[in-house]
Amino acid sequence: MIETHDLSKQFHDFWAVDGINLSVQAGQILALLGQNGAGKTTTVRMLTALLNPTRGWARVAGYDVVKNGRDVRASIGVLTEQHGLYTRMSANEYLEFFGQVYGLDPSHRTQRRDQLLEYFGLAEAAQRRIGEYSKGMRQKLALARAMMHDPGVLLLDEPTSAMDPESARLVRDEIARLKSSKRTLVLCSHNLTEVESLADQIAIIYRGRILKIGTLDQLKIDVLGTPEYEIKFAWDWDSSGLELPSGANLLSRTANSLKVRIERPQEINPILMNRLSSLSAPVMAFQEEPRSLEQVYLKVMSDAKGNTNVH
Amino acid sequence: MFTKLKPVFIIAGRELKDQFRDWRVLAPMAVLVLCFPILMNAFAQQSVDFLNRYNANLIIDRLVPFSILIIGFFPITVSLVVALEAFVGEKERGTIEPILSSPLEDWQIYFGKLLVGVATPLIASYLSFGLYMLLVIRRDLTLPSSLTIIQLILLTTAHAFLMVSAAIVISVQSTSVKAANLLASFIVIPVAILMQGEAGMLFWGNDNVLWWAVLGVTIVALLLIRLGLAHFQREYLLGREIDAVNLRWLWHTFWRNFLGGARSVPDWYRSVVGPSFKKIVPSIFALLLVATVSVLLSYMWVMKNMPAILESAPKDQIARFTQNLRETPDLKEIREKVSAPYLFLNNTRAVFVIFLAGVVSFSVLGVLAYMLNIALIGGLFGVVQLLGIPAWPLFIGGVLPHGIFEIPALIAGSAAMLYFGVSFVTPQTGRSFGEAGIELFADWCKIFVGIVVPLMAIAAVIETYITPHILINILN
Repeated sequence: MIETHDLSKQFHDFWAVDGINLSVQAGQILALLGQNGAGKTTTVRMLTALLNPTRGWARVAGYDVVKNGRDVRASIGVLTEQHGLYTRMSANEYLEFFGQVYGLDPSHRTQRRDQLLEYFGLAEAAQRRIGEYSKGMRQKLALARAMMHDPGVLLLDEPTSAMDPESARLVRDEIARLKSSKRTLVLCSHNLTEVESLADQIAIIYRGRILKIGTLDQLKIDVLGTPEYEIKFAWDWDSSGLELPSGANLLSRTANSLKVRIERPQEINPILMNRLSSLSAPVMAFQEEPRSLEQVYLKVMSDAKGNTNVH
Repeated sequence: MFTKLKPVFIIAGRELKDQFRDWRVLAPMAVLVLCFPILMNAFAQQSVDFLNRYNANLIIDRLVPFSILIIGFFPITVSLVVALEAFVGEKERGTIEPILSSPLEDWQIYFGKLLVGVATPLIASYLSFGLYMLLVIRRDLTLPSSLTIIQLILLTTAHAFLMVSAAIVISVQSTSVKAANLLASFIVIPVAILMQGEAGMLFWGNDNVLWWAVLGVTIVALLLIRLGLAHFQREYLLGREIDAVNLRWLWHTFWRNFLGGARSVPDWYRSVVGPSFKKIVPSIFALLLVATVSVLLSYMWVMKNMPAILESAPKDQIARFTQNLRETPDLKEIREKVSAPYLFLNNTRAVFVIFLAGVVSFSVLGVLAYMLNIALIGGLFGVVQLLGIPAWPLFIGGVLPHGIFEIPALIAGSAAMLYFGVSFVTPQTGRSFGEAGIELFADWCKIFVGIVVPLMAIAAVIETYITPHILINILN
């Protein structure tokens, strides 16, 4: 549903986006991570057919962003960095207005508006002026606007920023529901926990270039190396008789624990478990050493900043 | 058609609702609509009483229409603030991106903004008119004729379109509301001067003159709308280019376009001036047509109207004028009065002034100035004929030798101006407002420096040193 090749954008002599290749299928969520000014917004604006690429191409919902800009815009929902709400309007009027802009017929418009306001808990405040709304309420309304015409592709910039935990959960649930209903989503976020829980693919952008892209597991292996596992025993147990399968390397050993690095966990972990079991090892826990997306991100960024070849 | 227009009304409807909910827009409008007609009425009454003492009937007759013109102007000026922030204000508040990300066409968004920008001041202006005319009737002052009222309503409507369309062009191209408000003087000052001119027309001209004012203002307003649409690009509204005012870049862009990478003067003529000249060929043909029509019209006007004027003019003055034309001019005297540098500067300045007039009016005033210059030939030809002097020999000897160079130079310079204006209001894909302007200016400079200046120099030398000899020979 979203495909780009060598997507690039130059402003005067500055390349804001430089050679981005993406492929996001229906039912997938891609998260774009990066510092402020890394090129995430410019990428999203090119995917929204607001900016023309200087080089390369992009297809969104089957349409070329340059040749079929209008079709692209009709097929996507965008949550912009700023909410972009008209503060003198009520939520009802606001969604009604965008429903008209997207050409929804009156009955469908009203139904959709009420449904979204109800879902996001704004129904009671629907008649109040948006100017009186809290930040979180505004964010939810902006999200409702992006979803008003039920688009196939959603480009969401910081969808849960300024929201209370309950509302943020609500939005995350909705994003998950959209994913399961085969929508394509692009998420720009600084909330790495949220990205970890939602994204199928993660792209880390630095100065307009994608430094790393892949699933969370791929990125962890790629950036932090093979995963480390800790095996804890219920009591002191002599593990010297345990022969580790090839691809598993011992890192440390104590009386009641082992730490091993495993190259292909899917393949090796079952073998290791079998061996432990055959030796009647009192295994209390077999767990991966926690490695977060934050570690991946910080490592990538520190490598990039230290690498003068990256521009 | 309605489906296409519907989004225009959706955008306009939302904006209008927004404006009517903002007391900062409504309060000054209400004050202007309610108070200004009352003040103008009191002023008109006092002025009429005063002027009656001196039997200044013309001024009394024109006072009410003049007041109507002024009353209509003020609400437009105030509501200009709303039009000025139409795009840049939304950009600052972050509300423009959801609209730009929608499937609406550029022109639908643009016309939605324009419509509401024009509607608010016009509603206020028309209400002011109505209130003022009611007061005029109550005071037993004479209302203008219904034709004049229609003219004034149309003129005010044209003013609203002119000012609002200019404000929206500024709004699209500005980086902030503050910048847009500062640039508003470029609208208010020219329109205030225009209003003075129109007031002059109203007092000293006849009713027909106002139609010309309506036509002129409408044409410029339409061109401004076209300009705004041509340069309305979502990219530049959101992009960073619009923020960059880089004098070095401006100069480099101009110089690169002007030189076009030429390595020598012949190369510059061949590879740079040549292609630029090709671009203005359609404009040259258009201006040749304009020249033919202008010459014919001025000749016909002179032949129709001048006999009566000559009839009523003092006979001795006519005789002296005719004698002067018939007399062989003193070559020495001519050389003392006019020199080649003087003629050269005078003629190139005329081409430059035509360009300036064209730049501020998207070629309209430039073409008018060109028409006036060319029309002189037809008019003068007619006058000479009417005075009984053989016109053809006089023109062949006195105009043709240097005219062969001077007239093509005038036409080329004016055609470059016309091309500039027409191209400026034509969509320039992939180029910003600034880039398009600089490139077009560079095109005009190529024609001016490469063609107009050399031809004018040759013409000036011929006019100083050869034409007088030929003319003297013919007259002798």
